[in-house]
Amino acid sequence: MASYEPVIGLEVHVELASKSKIFCPSTTAFGGDPNTHVCPVCLGLPGVLPVLNKQVVEFGIRAALALNCEIAHFCKFDRKNYYYPDLPKNYQISQYDLPLAFNGYILIEGENGPKKIGITRVHMEEDAGKLVHQGTISTTPYSLVDYNRTGVPLLEIVSEPDISSVEEAKSYLNKLKAIIQYTGVSDCKMEEGSLRCDANVSVRPVGSDRLGTKTEIKNMNSFRALQKALSYEIERQIEVLESGGEIVQETRTWDEGKGITLPMRSKEEAHDYRYFPEPDLVPLVISSSWVDSIRKSLPELPDERKERYVKEFDLPPYDAGVLTSSREVADYFEACVDLYPYPKVVSNWIMGDLARLLNAHNVEIENCPVKPRQLVAMLKLIDKNVISGKIGKTVLEEMFATGKDPDVIVEEKGLRQITDEGSIEPIIDQVIADNPKSVNDYRNGKEKALGFLVGQVMKATKGKANPAIVNQLLRKKLN
Amino acid sequence: MELCDYTAHELHDMLVRREISCEDICRSIFKRIKLLDKKIKAYITVIEEEALMRARDIDQEISQGAEPGPLTGIPVAIKDNICTEGLRTTCASKILHNFVPPYNATVINKLHSQKVIITGKTNMDEFAMGSSTENSGFFPTSNPWALDRVPGGSSGGSAAAVAAGEAICALGSDTGGSIRQPAAFCGVVGMKPTYGAVSRFGLVAFASSLDQIGPMTRDVTDAALMLNAICGHDRWDSTSIPTDYPDFTTFLVDDIKGLRVGVPKEYFTEGLSPEVREIIEKAIATLETLGANIVETTLPHTDYALPAYYLIAPGEASSNLARYDGVRYGYRADDADDVVDMFIKSRSRGFGDEVKRRIMLGSYALSAGYYDAYYLKALKVRTLIKRDFEAAFENCDVLISPTTPTPAFRKGEKIDDPLTMYMSDIYTLAVNLAGLPAISVPGGFRNGLPVGVQFIGKPLGEGTLLRVAYSFEQSSNYRGKRPPIVEEVL
Repeated sequence: MASYEPVIGLEVHVELASKSKIFCPSTTAFGGDPNTHVCPVCLGLPGVLPVLNKQVVEFGIRAALALNCEIAHFCKFDRKNYYYPDLPKNYQISQYDLPLAFNGYILIEGENGPKKIGITRVHMEEDAGKLVHQGTISTTPYSLVDYNRTGVPLLEIVSEPDISSVEEAKSYLNKLKAIIQYTGVSDCKMEEGSLRCDANVSVRPVGSDRLGTKTEIKNMNSFRALQKALSYEIERQIEVLESGGEIVQETRTWDEGKGITLPMRSKEEAHDYRYFPEPDLVPLVISSSWVDSIRKSLPELPDERKERYVKEFDLPPYDAGVLTSSREVADYFEACVDLYPYPKVVSNWIMGDLARLLNAHNVEIENCPVKPRQLVAMLKLIDKNVISGKIGKTVLEEMFATGKDPDVIVEEKGLRQITDEGSIEPIIDQVIADNPKSVNDYRNGKEKALGFLVGQVMKATKGKANPAIVNQLLRKKLN
Repeated sequence: MELCDYTAHELHDMLVRREISCEDICRSIFKRIKLLDKKIKAYITVIEEEALMRARDIDQEISQGAEPGPLTGIPVAIKDNICTEGLRTTCASKILHNFVPPYNATVINKLHSQKVIITGKTNMDEFAMGSSTENSGFFPTSNPWALDRVPGGSSGGSAAAVAAGEAICALGSDTGGSIRQPAAFCGVVGMKPTYGAVSRFGLVAFASSLDQIGPMTRDVTDAALMLNAICGHDRWDSTSIPTDYPDFTTFLVDDIKGLRVGVPKEYFTEGLSPEVREIIEKAIATLETLGANIVETTLPHTDYALPAYYLIAPGEASSNLARYDGVRYGYRADDADDVVDMFIKSRSRGFGDEVKRRIMLGSYALSAGYYDAYYLKALKVRTLIKRDFEAAFENCDVLISPTTPTPAFRKGEKIDDPLTMYMSDIYTLAVNLAGLPAISVPGGFRNGLPVGVQFIGKPLGEGTLLRVAYSFEQSSNYRGKRPPIVEEVL
């Protein structure tokens, strides 16, 4: 069997977090009762006209600069014509042949080191509304339309077909999300639809430089769906080719329930969008000075921050990469390091126990009940031998559950480490009396038996005894 | 003469002298509407109660010492493609038969702030597509000068209302001649301002890059007053021009000595009827007598204006009219099987033939594979036409031409022959492609039918246009002439 490689390009839609919509003053707030975030303009009533929101352009430029794009000095909007009930004008105002930005790239961790994924173009457009079906789309007796999302600004970011594995696709999307979040122009929440992704996929024999026929995959609503859909589609295409078939150029939809991609429309059925320049808007002229001032206001981006963490905090590149992959995590980390000069210790706790707790409770780090100041206070208790590292994990869980300060928890729960030999000795005597076999084993040279006995003491003190002191006392008594 | 037969500035003078009240004017208008509109059918919707109430409110203000502004209390009719809050706005289309806008067009707010009184909404060709008002989805309008003839279009209702004393002034919209051609047919003044001088916000779009709202009035002075009221930059219209607009009444000066008036030779070729030619030539002679320098000039790409227009305007229209799908407002077929069927049935039944024809023309011109050959090419022609005018204006201050090739034609005469119908806008549509201001003023009568003279100005050259139109008007004696039907019923 010949060996194949996939060729993948991603089209990502990001909702921009401007206060008002792209062409009218209606709010962009997520949710709200149906059809309450609307006005005559975004409802596309007869006679209305769009007026471009300057903040949207600024956010677009900001994101595009962070993606290393060139910004167009002259761009325009076009109408993309198609009929759908969630599109009030039955055309979408988008950008066709003169997009806002082009020729960018981002760096991802490839299998053989850093890899550049090209960004073909970045353009602005308006979002459509949402259909609310009663049950499923195919069986619903009627559908309702909610236009709250109509006219929310979107940035479409189209990659070059530079992605050659599912893993790279995931890395690309993760990196893109991190960069956009860093710029502050979108929260990029896939579950709320503020980050959406379609994929163009083809396969070809390894070593070939010809592109195979591609399919476009839609409806991947999570990172997991992206990975599963791409894996499925790549396998499907290879199977078709292997069995002597041909790939049909078409749009396919990911069926999450069935775990397969299904044909949606063929090339022949593809819409003719009849693009033409939007006559209700004037072309957009973007001055270099505006671009420069936006460039100057860009924050430190993930790659720079990662590099700084390695240099400044002496962290392993892996740690630095994980911490900086989200602006919020990195901010949390730095807030801790400002109060506590052991970055690797902080990194271990954030990447370890804290991350586990956040995941388990599905909480974002910006809403973490344990504030950096409190995490640091806990770490200092460990350093001062007030609690052991093991008890530290218990204390952190309690802090996460209650939001209380660690010293309060330690006092309330009586978790203070026992370092007083006088309190530990009677317990050790009891353990020696209760475990004659182990005592005998140890005395007969079985070093391992000591560990068991230490464990018994720790158990009896509910983990609070200082393990070093227990060890030392036990040896003294047994020898 | 009844009050409804006066001009706005004459009524204003009487109001200032407290000789009449706004209610008097209003009652006179509605009396005329009741007498004549069964025959003329200028209006789709008349709002007598609201208008009278408003007139009384304004009278109250005046009695308390408020000084009436130039348009205070003047009854104005609004073309039914301009959105009026709470007042049905149909575009003379079945598909919008029940559409009540929740907002006012910018021009309506501007008129309200001038304390004009809106009388109702006037008939038109459906979605402003047509030159005779016969394409109205409801009923045709008659020309007050000859009831068996068309009033022109698409703003035929507005023109007929002003001509018959059913409104003192009116608003129309002009995409290829839709203000000027009916103004010429009905013997009134009609002005299409520079593209961007009047906000389009609230004007139901036909062809966005060509549409412009403008005044239709009894004389040039009223046109200047209405223009003062409606023009100005609007932040809700991105194509609106941000500039300081002058007080246009300052241009109402009876003096055109030394003004260079260009005569584009392409506008005087075959197709121009002898009776219209004669009147335009007489008008040129009049201007010369008044001291203007008559300059022969050329607009070489004139022949391509009509084909370019009929690619660009339908192209934009095919997209602008896509929103009428029965989902949110307007007519919805209630016997549809699914959503696509609902789109198809609602649109098939809601739109008239001419609208469908233009949607198809436009969809075709924008289609993949045809765009470059049709739409894009038309845009290039448009640039050439613009340059023609720029070149002509190097040697001229204004251009003069016929507004229409013939006086008003008979109802039914051209309705089955779209191409012949399209030709009635042959002298007006290049102006829209170039975004220029132009005005049609009554130039005389032939066989009892009015004939219009068109003046075309430079971008934002409304002042000069008004000056030449005013001077020409002062030298003629057609003002105050009323259609025979008005004389008959009185």
